[in-house]
Amino acid sequence: MAEESYPDDLLYHADHDWARIEGDVATFGITWYAQDQLGEVVFFEPPEAGRSVERGEPYTEVESVKAVSDVIAPLSGEIVESNQALKDGPEAINDDPYGAGWMVKVRLSDPSQRDELMDAAAYRSSLA
Amino acid sequence: MASTDTLKRSPLHDRHRAAGARLVPFAGWEMPVQYAGIREEHVAVRTGAGVFDVSHMGQIETGGPQAHDLLQRLISNDVRKIPEGGAQYGLLCREDGGILDDVFTYRLAEDHFLTVTNASNHDKDLEWFRRHAAGYDADVNDAIESWAMLAVQGPRARELVGGLTDGRLPPRMHCCQRTVAGVPMLVAGTGYTGEDGVELIVGPDDAPAVWDALTSAGATPAGLGARDTLRLEACFHLYGNDMDEGRDPIEAGLGWACREETGFIGAEAVRAAREAGPAEKLVPFALTGEGIPRPGNPVAGGGVVTSGTLSPCLGIGIGMAYLPAQRARPGETFEIDVRGRTRPAEVREKPLYPPKGKEAA
Repeated sequence: MAEESYPDDLLYHADHDWARIEGDVATFGITWYAQDQLGEVVFFEPPEAGRSVERGEPYTEVESVKAVSDVIAPLSGEIVESNQALKDGPEAINDDPYGAGWMVKVRLSDPSQRDELMDAAAYRSSLA
Repeated sequence: MASTDTLKRSPLHDRHRAAGARLVPFAGWEMPVQYAGIREEHVAVRTGAGVFDVSHMGQIETGGPQAHDLLQRLISNDVRKIPEGGAQYGLLCREDGGILDDVFTYRLAEDHFLTVTNASNHDKDLEWFRRHAAGYDADVNDAIESWAMLAVQGPRARELVGGLTDGRLPPRMHCCQRTVAGVPMLVAGTGYTGEDGVELIVGPDDAPAVWDALTSAGATPAGLGARDTLRLEACFHLYGNDMDEGRDPIEAGLGWACREETGFIGAEAVRAAREAGPAEKLVPFALTGEGIPRPGNPVAGGGVVTSGTLSPCLGIGIGMAYLPAQRARPGETFEIDVRGRTRPAEVREKPLYPPKGKEAA
């Protein structure tokens, strides 16, 4: 399992989701804290491209041995790609939550929503 | 929700912290759900030896000349068949057959019994024992504070505990007094994992030293998460999931633990249920495709999942479900609604692991 970290180049949603914004597309995933709370992730079904996601609403789910949890979209938009490698290797969500454990890429419908997300320092202090 | 500071703590709380446990509220106790990870701990128990802190389990001691008469009335199984130094699984039922709890009873001496209860039911059970003890020459004592309880389970468990003890360990379904790691205790050949092993019932002050000796000797600390996946692979019921006061022993598949001729409380209702046959029956199942079933998932055409997880040993979704009795046969296929997705499943024989005919040599 990865060491606890919250990279400075990401933005964070209070439901323990991160977004990496590059132009009008953002990559989403769950934070180190979220995967640690879940424990070993054993099942992830990548959502279909073309589906729209709503900020603050669940867009997929992630399952550990113990439980199933919703994954919340930190921003609104349309899924352009999802991480198919997680279908066979969901443990990447534990091992590398900000890298190989990414979940979807989303074309943002309202890029100004980024202002409502937290930076790494604010997210870190929200966990304390 | 109980806040953390009102939760009871095991005498091994500091040991759990030191071992990196994630502690969660469970039936009024703060208990370790996992240490290194559920799957790793699960595999350790299937292949070596794991140690579980189950100090949240309750104990009721019953003694006196009519102790066994009282227990015969309270417990569904034939208590007279427990030899001294023996153990037996049984149920506490209401008059209407509804299951109050499932319990293990150990006969420590001719007229001295120890009944192990589920943490969530302990107070209710104790009240039930006391209410029915009137008229019997028997004492009922709450012993939950007197005992810590450790379960050492796995193919290497007996060898590991044997190396720390002064005598022979009790066979399966038996118990005896032994000194383990220098501490006198009750050792029982019982468990809840489907593996061989022992349970150690020990004074709370001595529990940390015993824990240290077991882990130093190579037992892997295992939490309630692995305990649940292990018991589900073995098809052991979990009270509150797989049965409760709204289910009778026949539909729960526990008719084998009921001896109606003993006249236990609920015997008439259980006899009637057995004769009539249940409308629904609890069965073990496995998904035939992907997905993980969870308690509460509805079954198409009637029925409900009561326990479900991803089997660490089989790598597929498994569980237990109530199905209409005519469909509750091994090999029958059915569909489960898992959060809006239809997942095909098949009724299996118990245990789910090891699968029938493929037991390890």
